[in-house]
Formats: sequence, C-alpha cells, structure tokens
Amino acid sequence: MAKPKVATTSLAGCFGCHMSILDIDDRILKLIELVDFDKSPVNDIKKFTGRCLVGLIEGGCCNEENVRVLQDFRAHCDILISVGDCAIMGGIPAMRNTIPLKECLDEAYLNGPTVYNPTKTIPNDEEIPLLLNRVYPAHEVVTIDYFLPGCPPPADTIWEALTALLSGKPLTLPYQLIKYD
Amino acid sequence: MNDRFAFTIDGVEVQGRPGQTIMQAADEAGIYIPRLCSHKELAPHGSCRVCTVLVNGRPQTACTQPAGPGIIVENSSEALLAIRCNLIEMLFIEGNHFCMFCEKSGNCELQALAYRFGIMAPKYPYLFPTRELDASHPDIFIDRNRCILCGRCVRASRDLDGKNVFQFVGRGPRKRIAVNAKTALADTDAARADKAVSACPVGAILRKRVGYGIPIGQRMYDAAPIGSDIEAARAHPHK
Repeated sequence: MAKPKVATTSLAGCFGCHMSILDIDDRILKLIELVDFDKSPVNDIKKFTGRCLVGLIEGGCCNEENVRVLQDFRAHCDILISVGDCAIMGGIPAMRNTIPLKECLDEAYLNGPTVYNPTKTIPNDEEIPLLLNRVYPAHEVVTIDYFLPGCPPPADTIWEALTALLSGKPLTLPYQLIKYD
Repeated sequence: MNDRFAFTIDGVEVQGRPGQTIMQAADEAGIYIPRLCSHKELAPHGSCRVCTVLVNGRPQTACTQPAGPGIIVENSSEALLAIRCNLIEMLFIEGNHFCMFCEKSGNCELQALAYRFGIMAPKYPYLFPTRELDASHPDIFIDRNRCILCGRCVRASRDLDGKNVFQFVGRGPRKRIAVNAKTALADTDAARADKAVSACPVGAILRKRVGYGIPIGQRMYDAAPIGSDIEAARAHPHK
C-alpha cells in the first residue's frame, strides 16, 4: 500500500509553524516512514502530484494568491488542518485589519519615517498578488477540519495530531498542548 | 453551624449558609463553576453569564443567585458547557485578542477558560473592531482591544481603591470602558498599585515595564486548568 501523502504550505505566516514541524527532531525519520510529502516548502515540490490525506495550513489569507493556494489545498486534501494562530485568527498580519488598506500602503511606501521612494509609487505590478481588504483566517475562506492553535503550536502538538490522524484515532490533545501563544 | 442547609450541585450534596451565593457555596465545597466577571473581592456583577447554571431547571448566574435549601443545581451538563463555550468564543471574536504577543498570556482568565473548555478555534467570524489604546499614564495602560467589559476595574476602583477611575460609556457594540477625566488615563488618579489594575482578568489594563515577567511553563494556567485550585480543595471527589 502506498504511503499516505502530506502537503504543507505557508500562506500569510512567518514559517515559524514549519520550523515547529521540523522541531519534532528525530521523529521526522519516523514521519518519513509513515508518509510521503507532496507539495510543501520542506521538499520544494511546487505542484500537487495527486490526492493527499492531510494538508497543513500555516498562515491566513492576506492576498489573492493565498486564497488560490488554500482553495487548491482544499481541492487536493482529505483533511485540512489550520496550524498556528495566523491560520486560525489571522495572527500578526491581521493587526492591519483595523486599519484601512490604503492607510497601510501609504505608511509602508509613502509616509513611513524610513521610506525612500522618490517616484512616490505604490508597487502595483501584475506579478504581485493583489492584497485583500483584510487578512482572513483560513476557515473563513475554505472548510477546515482541525485546528492546532499556538504561535507556533509546539512540535509535540503537531506530532500528536499527525500520528493520531494517520492511525485513524480521534484527535484529543492533553490540556498542556492547547496554547494560544 | 445550625443554620446550614443542604442542596445539590450535579447530584452532589453541598452545604450552604444563609446569604451565600451558589458560587460561594460551590467554592467552599470544592466545586468549580466557571466565571469571568466574578472576583472574590468584588460585589457580583452577573454580566458575563459564564457562570450560568440551572437552578431547579431555570438558568441563573451562580455569582448572583442565593443558595437555598433543597435547590437542585446543574453545573456541568453538555448543554451548559456548550453555552459557556459560545460565550467565550464570542468574546474572542468580538475583540482583538492577539494572545501571541499579549503580556497577560498564560495568566489570562479568558484564555484559561478557552483552554479549560478545549476550544481550538471560535466558530464565529472575527469582527476585528477598531478599539482605542490609552498609554498616556506613566505606569499603566488600557488596551481596549482586549477588554471584555466585565466591569471588574469599575467595581475595584470604586469599591476597593475608592477612586472611581473607570466607568462604562456607550451601549451595545459601542460600549467601552472610559476613564474619569476629560481626556486620558494620565489625568485620573489611577496608580500602579491599584486593585483596579490587578482585577483585570485579561490584558486590557496592564502595568508598564513588566513585560513577559514569568517564563512559559511557569505561568498561572500553563500546567493546570483554571479552577484547579478550587477543585483541589474538594474533600471527597465525586465523578
């Protein structure tokens, strides 16, 4: 039987949650025995090669590309897991949600105290994904099956969750592993 | 004492005294009823509704409802847990609760209740309201992004500090905590040692220059859920 496949992505996140995945230490060797990695920054596979059992989502959606990637994950993965506070509630990027987008861009590219921008242009190339009006948690864009809170979630949380799902057991985390920070 | 009377919480017999609320009698018996706006040193407020229990089948806030002989209290049914989870989740989506950089994280009662209830993510969409911050005072600040309108600071400042620094203004979604001064917190007689500051269950009123004082792992709710201290006092544990 072919090993189940796991895909991961970092949307509007800082890659800290991916660091936490790597932080399972030598258990990563066990994980490789249990699963194959499909699309993921870990192996740099850019496109889905087929159906995946689990998709791990780091980060919320701050631009249109994030939305497309997230929808792609939903289409290819049986189980989608929001990993970390950014996927769950927007996290640090969502601090801009109480400020109009134009004000954010003006501050970043025109008015900020360290800005050098003689042409007074705000980047608007079609190669650059369009920013959304605000940062959206993953579950406000697609259906998410499980949530692993934390900033980042501890490696043990990710390990417990993955091994439970792979062995078909219900996902119940001990009190000490549910943390929002 | 002779004036003691008996009633039950989840089928367990509990002793109450005249004048006690259900919550006070439960605390003495080592039964934890979740709460947020209630504070041991403050008069009950009954506003957060987290301590809602069924008294003879009717919903009542345990922090305000007097205990009485023979009453039947239901505290830990699935239905009540669902109500409490919803309340906590609504408080999370209604404000801007960025736990990842909040100095109160690990010692926050709102967060601790979410942990105790095993809430992994709120089921409601986040509102991301615009809320004001007041850092004018040299020693304390108000971050209304985190305020849950429990009114503990209002009661503590009025009844314990004797200062009346805080009060609610506005109604509905515009309700917020205001200070008793023309412009800002700096113009009040609020002080660093005020009970109003330590009474805040979340990170809305904090002392400056404290930062992340306690290492992760040693904070109040890192190892054991909120209410464990009350439950530990229970002499005869029941399932």
